[in-house]
Amino acid sequence: MQIPVEGFMYPNEVELQWSVLIVLYPFLTGLVAGAFILASLERVFMVKAVKPTYRLALLTALAFLIVAPLPLQLHLGHPERSFEMYLTPHRSSAMAMFGFVYLWYLLAVLVVEIWLDYRRDIVVMSQGTTGWKRLVYRVLTLGSTNISEHALHIDERVGWLVTVIGIPSAFLLHGYVGFIFGSVKANPWWSSPLMPVVFLFSAMVSGIAIVMLLYMLMCRVRREPIDMDCVDTVAKYLFYTFIIDFSLEMLDLIHRIYEADESFRSLDFMVHTRLFLSQVVIQILLGTVLPILLIGLTQVVKLAATQRKRIYVAAGCLTMIGIFAMRWNVVIGGQLFSKSFLGYTTYKMGFATREGLLTAVVLTVLPFVILGVLVKLLPPWPEKKSALSSVAAAAYGAD
Amino acid sequence: MKAFKDAGHLFRLASVFLVGGVLFLALRGFLVPRSFGQYGHYRGNAIKETAALPISYAGHQVCESCHADILEVKSKGVHKRVACEACHGPLAKHADDPASIQPAKLDTAVLCVRCHEANLAKPKSFPQVVSAEHSGGAPCDTCHQPHSPAIVAVAGASQ
Ligand code: HEC
Ligand code: HEC
Ligand code: HEC
Ligand code: HEC
Repeated sequence: MQIPVEGFMYPNEVELQWSVLIVLYPFLTGLVAGAFILASLERVFMVKAVKPTYRLALLTALAFLIVAPLPLQLHLGHPERSFEMYLTPHRSSAMAMFGFVYLWYLLAVLVVEIWLDYRRDIVVMSQGTTGWKRLVYRVLTLGSTNISEHALHIDERVGWLVTVIGIPSAFLLHGYVGFIFGSVKANPWWSSPLMPVVFLFSAMVSGIAIVMLLYMLMCRVRREPIDMDCVDTVAKYLFYTFIIDFSLEMLDLIHRIYEADESFRSLDFMVHTRLFLSQVVIQILLGTVLPILLIGLTQVVKLAATQRKRIYVAAGCLTMIGIFAMRWNVVIGGQLFSKSFLGYTTYKMGFATREGLLTAVVLTVLPFVILGVLVKLLPPWPEKKSALSSVAAAAYGAD
Repeated sequence: MKAFKDAGHLFRLASVFLVGGVLFLALRGFLVPRSFGQYGHYRGNAIKETAALPISYAGHQVCESCHADILEVKSKGVHKRVACEACHGPLAKHADDPASIQPAKLDTAVLCVRCHEANLAKPKSFPQVVSAEHSGGAPCDTCHQPHSPAIVAVAGASQ
């Protein structure tokens, strides 16, 4: 397969090494960090209005975090070797140390927080269910059925602490992804100290957007009214973070244009040709400016609830597309030009290959499947009062 | 101690982590090779194992000790810095036992273009030809002498 090349490429640049899976990876981790930060709004910053999304946001973060390393594993091949990163850690490698950031975030933050928050429900359900489900819940209780008021109070306090630790951890998790790109000094498209910050804010944008969309979808599926107060607040936060994110990206752009270093002409040409559709049209116009305007509209004009809902859904979907395009333009864009600044190559995506489109689609759908299972196992909405409260009372007494 | 009793589940959680950590350390002790870190961030024994691998390249000094006539020609030509085995391939076995192990004949139609086929990525100063135009598929050694390939006499084209 001949890859179309324009101008002069070094031989090792003709074929792109970082494929669509490496695009997917920051996209997925971004959703994790963003969803978690939304959850922490309620917990630490006491934004009561977003409470209905709190648990959903946590489960979303967990589902995406479980899938996040898979694209890397597939990209590298030999998944069994990734474990060596933990056995014999190499402290001078940013990528290797990331394994610990990931593990910390997964085990010490997310799982603990979810467990603490759900503990009461788990105990109640371990008594109200039968069969294998009962077994799962019993294991999850870790053998302790103490849900006395005082115990729950302790959980609340510890959970708060975990969230407080979790916020910098979430920042670290995603800032790190940006750091890995930003510190590639040989690549002028990536090398920028703004990279971690831009990644972080775009992560928050995408995480907030996906939780908002999922919340509305879940309400739809369960035929329950959407808590408009909640969605309005989430949308407001989406609006603010989006504006910060957009300003940062523009700052980066203006800085590049003004600095106009030796790579500028080449990169400028690339943005106007090969990346025009994905960067200017999809990322900036459709994926950033349009959703900001849409949500901005709801902030200035008084609109009916149905109209707001429609706008939120449209803006949310556009945001997801825009953030994905941003990852795409960073990862793929950074490999389309030659280090000699004299030529451009093309990215050819396989279909049913190890790093092809099909794999990427499966990896994108997988977190939703996991989320489905998690939601079944640990329902994020308040339980039907009548059904379980009697069991809860029984459990209370039994203790 | 009511506080302790009500935090019992937290101790259970902590012990799950503790057990996990101990299990990991045990596994680590078992999985990390003994010689890891002996010299650096790698398995020390890897050096010995690599050193024990059979040698395939003899090095041009070894070849030259027997084929002085070739060296004589080659050292005066443009290929003086190209090592014997870059063209002839690994021949340590032949160097050990020249009588019974004969090197395979080379096909110059495929050998020479490996280095000399024109390619944009090569430095301009490196001699390159578009073989299809230059020789039309004929073996290069019909005109060039492999060990001293420059064609000097021809119409004074090159010095
Ligand atoms: C110990 C001496 C010795 C060493 C060392 C040696 N050769 Fe030879 N080589 C010979 C002899 C003797 C012959 C001729 C065998 C014959 O004609 O039957 C020969 C034959 C050859 C031939 C084939 C000649 C033909 O007519 O086809 C080639 C090519 C060759 N050697 C290359 C090499 C290279 C390359 C090396 C270095 C890796 C090397 N030799 C090292 C002794 C040696
Ligand atoms: C640029 C590639 C190249 C290099 C470098 C090279 N050879 Fe050759 N050599 C050839 C080719 C081509 C032939 C002719 C085809 C054949 O005999 O396999 C040949 C033939 C020979 C022969 C057969 C006798 C002859 O003169 O035709 C010997 C012996 C030989 N080479 C030894 C050496 C030794 C020793 C060296 C290193 C000092 C060396 N060669 C370096 C390409 C090379
Ligand atoms: C391993 C790579 C390699 C192979 C194989 C090789 N060469 Fe060369 N060749 C070189 C190098 C290196 C030079 C010297 C270039 C320089 O001086 O900058 C050279 C120079 C030459 C020149 C001199 C061009 C001039 O400046 O006049 C000719 C002709 C040539 N090779 C022909 C051949 C032929 C014919 C073969 C096949 C028998 C061959 N080469 C195989 C590496 C190779
Ligand atoms: C029909 C005879 C003939 C054949 C076959 C032939 N060459 Fe040449 N080659 C020449 C002549 C004559 C020159 C020197 C005149 C010149 O510079 O154009 C030359 C020059 C070269 C040069 C030097 C070019 C430069 O820019 O300095 C290279 C390299 C070369 N040949 C490689 C090859 C290779 C590789 C093959 C085999 C694919 C090959 N030749 C086959 C006749 C031949």
